[in-house]
Amino acid sequence: MPDVLILGPQFRAPNLRDALARAGIDGPIATITAGWQEREGELGALEEHLGRRVRDLRLYERAEAAFTQDPDLHEAYRRRQNELRRMQDLYRVRLAHGKAAARELMGLGDGSDLARRAQRSAIGALRRLDAEHLRAIAGTHAQFDAKWAVGRRPVLARQFAELEHLLEPARIVCIAGGHVAVLLNRLRLFGLRRLLRSKLIVAWSAGAMAVSERVVLFHDHPPQGAGNAEVFEAGLGLLPQTVFLPHAATRLALGDRQRVALFARRFSPAACLTLDDGSTLHWRRGKLVAAEGSLRLARAGGTSPVETGA
Amino acid sequence: MTAIDLDAILGASQFPVVDPGGVTFVYRGEADAVRLRCWIDGLPASQSFERVDQADVWVLRIELPENSRIEYKLAVVSQGREDWILDPLNPLRAEDPFGANSVAQGHGYARPDWTIHDPGARGGAIEEITVPSAAFGEDRHVGVYVPARFRRSRQYPLLVIHDGFDYLRYANLQVVLDNLIQRLEIPPLIAALTQSSNRLEEYAGDDAHARFVATEIPEFLQHSFPLHPSPAARGLMGASFGAVASLHAAWRYPGAFGRLVLQSGSFAFSDIGHHRRTPTFDPVARFVNEFRRRPGRPAERMYLSCGIYESLIYENRSMVPLLRHHGIEVRYEEVRDGHNWENWRDRLQSALTWLFPGPLWMIYE
Repeated sequence: MPDVLILGPQFRAPNLRDALARAGIDGPIATITAGWQEREGELGALEEHLGRRVRDLRLYERAEAAFTQDPDLHEAYRRRQNELRRMQDLYRVRLAHGKAAARELMGLGDGSDLARRAQRSAIGALRRLDAEHLRAIAGTHAQFDAKWAVGRRPVLARQFAELEHLLEPARIVCIAGGHVAVLLNRLRLFGLRRLLRSKLIVAWSAGAMAVSERVVLFHDHPPQGAGNAEVFEAGLGLLPQTVFLPHAATRLALGDRQRVALFARRFSPAACLTLDDGSTLHWRRGKLVAAEGSLRLARAGGTSPVETGA
Repeated sequence: MTAIDLDAILGASQFPVVDPGGVTFVYRGEADAVRLRCWIDGLPASQSFERVDQADVWVLRIELPENSRIEYKLAVVSQGREDWILDPLNPLRAEDPFGANSVAQGHGYARPDWTIHDPGARGGAIEEITVPSAAFGEDRHVGVYVPARFRRSRQYPLLVIHDGFDYLRYANLQVVLDNLIQRLEIPPLIAALTQSSNRLEEYAGDDAHARFVATEIPEFLQHSFPLHPSPAARGLMGASFGAVASLHAAWRYPGAFGRLVLQSGSFAFSDIGHHRRTPTFDPVARFVNEFRRRPGRPAERMYLSCGIYESLIYENRSMVPLLRHHGIEVRYEEVRDGHNWENWRDRLQSALTWLFPGPLWMIYE
């Protein structure tokens, strides 16, 4: 498992430079900013903050170029994305009912064994639904990869070789935030998981979600809709048993104990960890060795500061 | 009113004095009479204050349900003369094209934070352009809101806004757009801001106006900005007569706009006989009656809102089942407010996120 440094959002109060220094991480840096979409590779602010030049892998641009050069690949990719969107829509319908049942049962204020059993059962149903959804998504990806993956299309194979070459001198790979689906799809399309395993990974916000085991989308008070947190995809799995929650201070009702408890229990045994401005979490050889400004959602509701040694 | 009540009222730090069930207005000064002038449909337009103990203190309490917001003036009568003034004890004001009113915020009302400037939000810009209009036979000035971090390589939704400069001035439109985009609640979009010097005629079901907003503005902007061509990425919006103009233009040019925002629409109509409003509404009623006979599908998705203190609440409520019956996705909201710009401002989040949901769930910067 690579060493991983996870940070909170970097656009208002960046702490990347300090975090690297405190973690004793130094060396040539490659960046992945595909989540910025059309702004990919606009590294001015990042380089100014770091006080050094970095090299961006341009995954967003590479994907666009690959799609232009290989229309069959593009069409197959689009079909897969449409299928995934439809699956997500159908999952949401089931999720809404399952979530409503769990919330209602947890809100009864009934501490009896019968009520607790009903709660456990409702949360168990949610967990099974999430797991089933992830399996179905994995199946769709497996089908796509079997036919279209890196080694099988010349255009992707060329890109992969270039990326391997670009990454060779880099000791550190920074994965920035942005659009988590765009980012994850590009990471997957170019088979980055294998290339990243030998690097020091620094990831923030959507980047952190992408390297975790499971990407969970969330917002407790959106202007439209119920605000049901939903499983979106498996991440690269570089950090097992973690669910990262960027911008939790503004997007999650952390004061709502019942909501927090349901979140933590639903994704247990994974640790649900908030990432806000200034958050820093450092894993070395699979062990959390430094933690600052991050909260862990508790199964009983409420939050507590993340502690090292976990 | 007892002396104790009076002490409590006069000792208040903010006027009018708000309690969970109502609002107490206070006026201090020489007068023969003082009246509250406000525009709440169902209540008298003028309500008299009571003079307290022969002093120069005048008091009026009215019932005001939770979360209400009303605009008002005081009519002060002295020596046979009546002056309408802003409430001297109340610093809250709301401006509109006709001047300003005092504002009473009922218990529970809070101005939404997304209507207030956020120094952390990246700001868009307003450009002014001239659109040659064959429909009007003249050039028209149009404002264009361009979002922060605008990129030519991207395609943007277009929102055409009637009385757009009034929205800017009286409903904080630019701040609202900046904030909602920053919060990812709506996508970055281009907004075209129109303003008519003859809105009562041009907005009342006028075909030239419909052609201008539905074809001439989008076609002109298409040359300068990368606009998404899909109807789902085209919105038209307006309040009061501007809502009539929006509905009319979308109805005359089906497919031009997939999204509409209609705030406090002046949708005068009559099921039989003549409508009950002034002659200014005659062309509006002609259009709305025609629309009610054959609505078609002017847009796929609409947002409607109306204040329940408005006289137009009946007309707006009547519109909703008709639209839904014809397969239009409608979000309709009623609020305890009147026919005014701050009401329309406070609804912009609901309206715009219904029209153009942002990438809120997908982007974590």
